[in-house]
Amino acid sequence: MSQFSDLVGVFEESGVAAAIRESDTLFPFIESVHVIAICLVVGTIFAIDLRLLGLASVGRPVSRLASAILPVTWGAFAVAAASGFLLFISNATKYLANGYFDAKIILICAAGLNMIIFHAISAKDLPQWETQAVPPLRARLAGLLSILLWITVVACGRWIGFTMQVL
Amino acid sequence: MEALLTGFSKWLAATSLSHTIQTVTWIIPTLQTIHILCVAIVFSSAVLVDLRIFRLFERDQRLSVITQRFLTPIWPVLVILLITGSLLIIGEPRRSLVNITFYLKMALLIVAVLLTATLQRAAVASPGLFEDNGRRLTGQALATLSVLVWCGILFAGRWIAYTQAGL
Repeated sequence: MSQFSDLVGVFEESGVAAAIRESDTLFPFIESVHVIAICLVVGTIFAIDLRLLGLASVGRPVSRLASAILPVTWGAFAVAAASGFLLFISNATKYLANGYFDAKIILICAAGLNMIIFHAISAKDLPQWETQAVPPLRARLAGLLSILLWITVVACGRWIGFTMQVL
Repeated sequence: MEALLTGFSKWLAATSLSHTIQTVTWIIPTLQTIHILCVAIVFSSAVLVDLRIFRLFERDQRLSVITQRFLTPIWPVLVILLITGSLLIIGEPRRSLVNITFYLKMALLIVAVLLTATLQRAAVASPGLFEDNGRRLTGQALATLSVLVWCGILFAGRWIAYTQAGL
């Protein structure tokens, strides 16, 4: 754990972190990029989740929709993660002490785990059901869980802003 | 004009609804969470349609089908955005009404709404819109404008918090 704190300290004391912390415009600028990227991540994931629930794009096979949308999702996720990392290092110690920040990271991991489990177990027989308007229950559950997890990720993100003063 | 808006903000802040929003601590972050989730849906839908115009998304489907799938749901979600946005203004009137960034956001929103509505109507009227070589460039210019305007709205939305009166 102390090694982790040391590593966090190295980032927090870096010139980049100090620049973000001390500038009046850098933090809001990176935060705006973070919001745009997160919106694209969440919105595009919702489009796939709604397909899994049988509520949207029902005429499209699931794998076809996913392969069209996921490059956008992953691109946006990379930007969200990079901008999020920059925001984090500007006040790393305070963020780590904030319960909503910790919850947000855990919930993002949970959403990733949900996706991995869906791919590994539920989607093995994907070709058999992916053209159905309403997919089987386990796919609908994965979609519903994903939507709920991402809603809580966004909620935690907003609550961070109300429970810690960074500027 | 500014005196008028300040006076109106003071009156609005004194209403019982505003008082409730101000004093119940979870209301503002909850409204902001719903607002951002709706922004995610509208923004992602617009971006996916813009990517289709660039032939980078589901190019085997006609633009009219893509606009039907992704732009139609934008309108009810915009109504939720209007409601949550209005409640946020009622809760903290001075934060927005006496803030130039808020008016920039609203101006960009009008452009985005007009652009989206026009695109949706045009795609329904001529399903092969922007497919021929002559019109492709027009389509790509409009798609680029759409992405930039939506990004501008999200940017301005975040900057409202940093440019409010009294900071």
